[in-house]
Formats: sequence, structure tokens, C-alpha cells
Amino acid sequence: MSPMYIARTREVAARLLGGEMMIMSARDSTLFNLNETATAIWQAADGVTPLTEIVERSVCANFEVDPVAALRDAEELVEGLAKHGILKVSNQPIAEEK
Amino acid sequence: MMGSAIAQDVLIEIGAMPVLVRTASPEFLQILQERYGGFVNSAAQPVFEFEVEIVPPSSIPTAIGDDEDLSVCFEAGHWVLERGDFHAELDPALRHGRIWQSANPYAIDAAFRIVHSLLLAKQGGLLVHAASVVRNGRAFLFAGVSGAGKTTISRLAPPDATLLTDEISYLRRESDGYFAYGTPFAGELAQPGENVRAPLAALYLLAQGAENRIDPVAEADALRAVMRCVLFFAQDCELVGNVFDSACHLVQYVPVRQLTFVPDSRVWELIV
Repeated sequence: MSPMYIARTREVAARLLGGEMMIMSARDSTLFNLNETATAIWQAADGVTPLTEIVERSVCANFEVDPVAALRDAEELVEGLAKHGILKVSNQPIAEEK
Repeated sequence: MMGSAIAQDVLIEIGAMPVLVRTASPEFLQILQERYGGFVNSAAQPVFEFEVEIVPPSSIPTAIGDDEDLSVCFEAGHWVLERGDFHAELDPALRHGRIWQSANPYAIDAAFRIVHSLLLAKQGGLLVHAASVVRNGRAFLFAGVSGAGKTTISRLAPPDATLLTDEISYLRRESDGYFAYGTPFAGELAQPGENVRAPLAALYLLAQGAENRIDPVAEADALRAVMRCVLFFAQDCELVGNVFDSACHLVQYVPVRQLTFVPDSRVWELIV
């Protein structure tokens, strides 16, 4: 299975508020909030670290979670955020947007 | 021989932002002076200028039908605003815009709201669906979508309160905090606000219930509620980011509470 790379898009504004990551899509002005594990994944989405590694380093190392379930949940999360244009997903490293 | 109409102008200052409106229509000029009378300030320096061309409804160059919502888009350096009753093109770089509309106050009112929301977004300010009132020198905002009670709470305000608006509140972030300004944007009360400003003391999220009470609101919930009430039209990443930043700052800087109220004047005993 090819690795999955994720990167934050520039079409959003994101702020940590009261412990919650609040993200607003500039495309459709939709407001999202992420829980702690989702925030950890979002913050680590640099386009060059594979999702499996992000889950290991940012989720499994910091939260008491089953690694297999954590990866499955992360893939679902990433898919959902990508649908809303909040994350970019690729099986190749993603170059930083200019 | 018919002489060409001479354009005249009126300077309308809302939220310390003077906008000059120039028109060759005496009828429209009269409409502007009647509707925005309390906000005319001929001595101000305009930050934006509008040329308004009064045309018959059938001649308005719009692709939008009468029953469609307002459309705002950014094309080739211009904002293009369209609704069934007007078409406007704004050049933010030149701070100049042209509007084609019939001689009614509603189109220019919509254009004003959009222009002010765009100008404010760059300055940390917001237009909010909220009533606002000054009491004891401090401003209070009452935010909510249609039907939440903005007009009701305004109508119940005691005689010592000054109404800034029952519909669209104008917030500016200044060096010493947030200030609420009066606006001519009226809701069901059909009464323009007073042209005054006051430091913002609190923002209340309106809910109608069986008793009068004030409850705390978590910051994230406050942000969600405020964003639902912010007037913003553009789908421009930078401007959306500006608005989002402003809303985040606002809810961290100003107390945001839920105000549950029964529709009688005793609710104002809580607002001091």
C-alpha cells in the first residue's frame, strides 16, 4: 500500500481557541472544530511526513489509543477534511504552496 | 434643448468611514439625505466613492434574477456585486465603485453593507447581525439570527438607553479596545440608530426562554455563534482569514454571554 501524505491547504484560517482547533474554510465559510487527536494530525500535516508516521509520532505517542484503530480513524478524518478542501492528500510528498 | 444633469454628492459616514455617493439624480439624492440624514458629514474625507447611475429596472446590467440572493465575486481586481435590483463594480485599489440601480434606498443600503464589511475586514472590525445599545456610556451587543429577538430587546430598552441599531452592529477594533458605532441599518424597528460610538462592554447571544438569565459561553462556542452572525460576503481567502481572526480576537477580548429572556422590560435589569 502506497504511503499517504497530507498537507494543510491555504484556503483556510485556523486558530486554537479554548483548547479547540477552529478551522474556517475560505471556500465556503464553513467552520470546523477538531478534537485533540485531529488537531495533532492537522498540525503535523506538512506534506512530507507519511500519515502512518504522523499517527505514530503525534497520536500514538501522546494518547492512549490502539495503533490500528488510530490509523483507521486518521484515514477517515483525512478523507473528510480533504472533501471540504481543508487538507490535500496525495500518495506523493506534497510541495508547499507558494 | 435639454441640459445634462449635474452630478451632486453626499458624504455618508458610518463607523468613522466616510463614503461619498455621487449621483445626477436629484430624486435619489433626496432619498439618500432622508435615509442617512443622521450620518451625513460633509466635512469628512471620503475613504471610498460611489458613482450611482439611476436607470430603469429593466436596464440594470445584472445576470441575477429578482428572486435570487446577492452575488459577490472578485474578478480582475474588481468586486462585482449583483442582485435583482442592482449591479455594482468596486475597485478596492482606487477605492471607487459604480452602481447601476433604480431610484430606491434598498440597493445602496446593500452596497453600503458590503463595502463596509470589506473595508472593516482589513481593519479588524466586523459587521454583526446584532442589535446594539449604549447604556451608562458602554455598548452592549445582542446577537442572533432572524427571530432571535434583536428588535424585541431593542424595543424593550429603557429610556436611558441609546439605540445604535436593531439589526446590523458595527464594531471597530481600536487601540483601546472594541467600539460599537451607530448605523442607519434598521430592522423591524424601521428606525436608524443614533450616530454615536461607545466602548463595547459585552456581547450577548440572544435566546428567548421562560426566565431572564445570563450564562457563560465557552470561547469556542462563542466563536461559532459569532461567526454565524457576522456579515461577510466575499470568498477571498485573505479577507475570510481577516474576518475569522477578528472574530477570534473579539471573543477572547470581550465577554460573550448567553442572554435568555422573556419579552418584557425586566430583562434590562440585567444589562447595566
